[in-house]
Amino acid sequence: MTIIHEMDRSNPNAIEARNMSVYYGSFRAVKNVNLAIEKNRITALIGPSGCGKSTVLRSFNRMNDLVASARVEGEILFHGENIYAPGVDPVNVRRRIGMVFQKPNPFPKSIYENVAYGPRINGWKLSKSQMDELVERSLRGAALWDEVKDKLNQNGLSLSGGQQQRLCIARALAVEPEVILMDEPCSALDPISTLKIEELMFELRQNYTIIIVTHNMQQASRASDYTAFFLMDSDRAGQLIEYGPTSQIFQNPKDERTEQYISGRFG
Amino acid sequence: MSAQEQLGVKAQTVETSVDRGSGNLKWRHFKGKILTVLGWFSIIFGLGMLLVLILDVVNKATGIFSGGTNWLTWEFFNNFDSRFPARAGAKAAIYGTLYTITLTIFFAFPLGVAAAIYLEEYAKDNWFTRLVEINISNLAAVPSIIYGLLGLQVFVRWFAFGRSILAGALTLALLVVPIIIVASRESIRAVPSSLRQASYALGATRWQTVWHVVLPQSIGGILTGSILAVSRAIGETAPLITIGALTFVPFLPRNLFDVFTVLPIQIFNWTSRPNDDFRALAAAGILVLLAILLTINALAIYLRNRYQKRY
Repeated sequence: MTIIHEMDRSNPNAIEARNMSVYYGSFRAVKNVNLAIEKNRITALIGPSGCGKSTVLRSFNRMNDLVASARVEGEILFHGENIYAPGVDPVNVRRRIGMVFQKPNPFPKSIYENVAYGPRINGWKLSKSQMDELVERSLRGAALWDEVKDKLNQNGLSLSGGQQQRLCIARALAVEPEVILMDEPCSALDPISTLKIEELMFELRQNYTIIIVTHNMQQASRASDYTAFFLMDSDRAGQLIEYGPTSQIFQNPKDERTEQYISGRFG
Repeated sequence: MSAQEQLGVKAQTVETSVDRGSGNLKWRHFKGKILTVLGWFSIIFGLGMLLVLILDVVNKATGIFSGGTNWLTWEFFNNFDSRFPARAGAKAAIYGTLYTITLTIFFAFPLGVAAAIYLEEYAKDNWFTRLVEINISNLAAVPSIIYGLLGLQVFVRWFAFGRSILAGALTLALLVVPIIIVASRESIRAVPSSLRQASYALGATRWQTVWHVVLPQSIGGILTGSILAVSRAIGETAPLITIGALTFVPFLPRNLFDVFTVLPIQIFNWTSRPNDDFRALAAAGILVLLAILLTINALAIYLRNRYQKRY
């Protein structure tokens, strides 16, 4: 265990995809992706609909396993370990690589129970005061505490859309993941709530690695450190076209297709 | 030329700008009214028939309108069946119904819900699962007397339970399990998959997701469906007669292997006796059976509302 940690410090990458392809049945949705996600950075995955960016994101915490026909080839390294290796339990992978979804999906439980759900199901033996503390820390982490501290027993669904999404982020933080995957987290939110989530992402970056799929080009350019551009190939499989620092991708793209996409000529 | 004329529609005599484009409006409204009247008539006809039937049964049982004898007395609940109408009661049948139905729920509910959970949350989509699904839907439509024949062979003979409450309850359980499975699956399927994904993404196992997210969300529908299925079993006569439930039982069942009767059989028995007073007793039995059914359905409605409010 300690050895892994020593190695980790020298490893700047949180997740590394090596020659990864994803299949749904016989259809190859994503092909030959090589992508190293740097720790404590925000990496945006962009590209037109159907280019496989969500599929790539969901492969990072084995959420694709829930689709019966899905299959991943290649390697995805997390702490130098292939998360698709036999013997790796997807349940453990998902605890350490959390996820926030496109539409806010709080459980129809109280705000408190929403946050406490993860620690409970993961079998953490916490006293009432420890749990209170963890719930508060998670809600503060998601910049929601001040808005909900007086109504922790209210149903999570009674919150506004933006608040619900931050509750979902707090819920993800509560199980203390290292990486947070965000699948278009702002697409169902108004501009002000979107801004709040983006500000929150910058704060979370200090302690977490964030990977975000977004359709919103402005969002990618203002709220990420790195950008990966995906595009559907002629065989309808998504592939990684260009990957680099966000400023470079948006101001000085190397690939012509990237340039065309970010300047709005298609997509 | 207006759009209507171009389309060959006869222009209305006075056409304001609001009317433009709305041909035949009066006729369309009239058609709507016809349907409303027909609908009302259907409802009144249906409910009216039911009301007449119930009033007739109430009158027969209690003599409340025609001034006859009241058969729905304390003795009716507390006496066993007898050759003499004045001494005959439905005690054995009422207890038999309650015992049988409790046992049926005990067997059918866990089995049906577990099967539904398996099919919805665990089973892979292959030919075997599909075969099972099709057959469950078909089983829900099989005539109940077939279940009676099955119960007779399997429970009464092979398992040698005899013509007992246990055999009766197991037979009725077979009858309602497919209905419970279908209703439960419907309810489980209605749980948004986004909630399941949220649970998995936090590191929940499949069972934890089912137990903490799916079941709390679907339990209202599962309970409602199951209760309605069970209330169907309460009214069943054929399968129990097939397995040999007795029609004349002058004692309470002492254990699960005792012979028994239930209300529908008791009612059926009384209606076939020549003495007219037995027909009044049958009416009283019908009222008791209706009361039990309505209580159970009210419970179903209560549970549904209760669990709907929570979310």
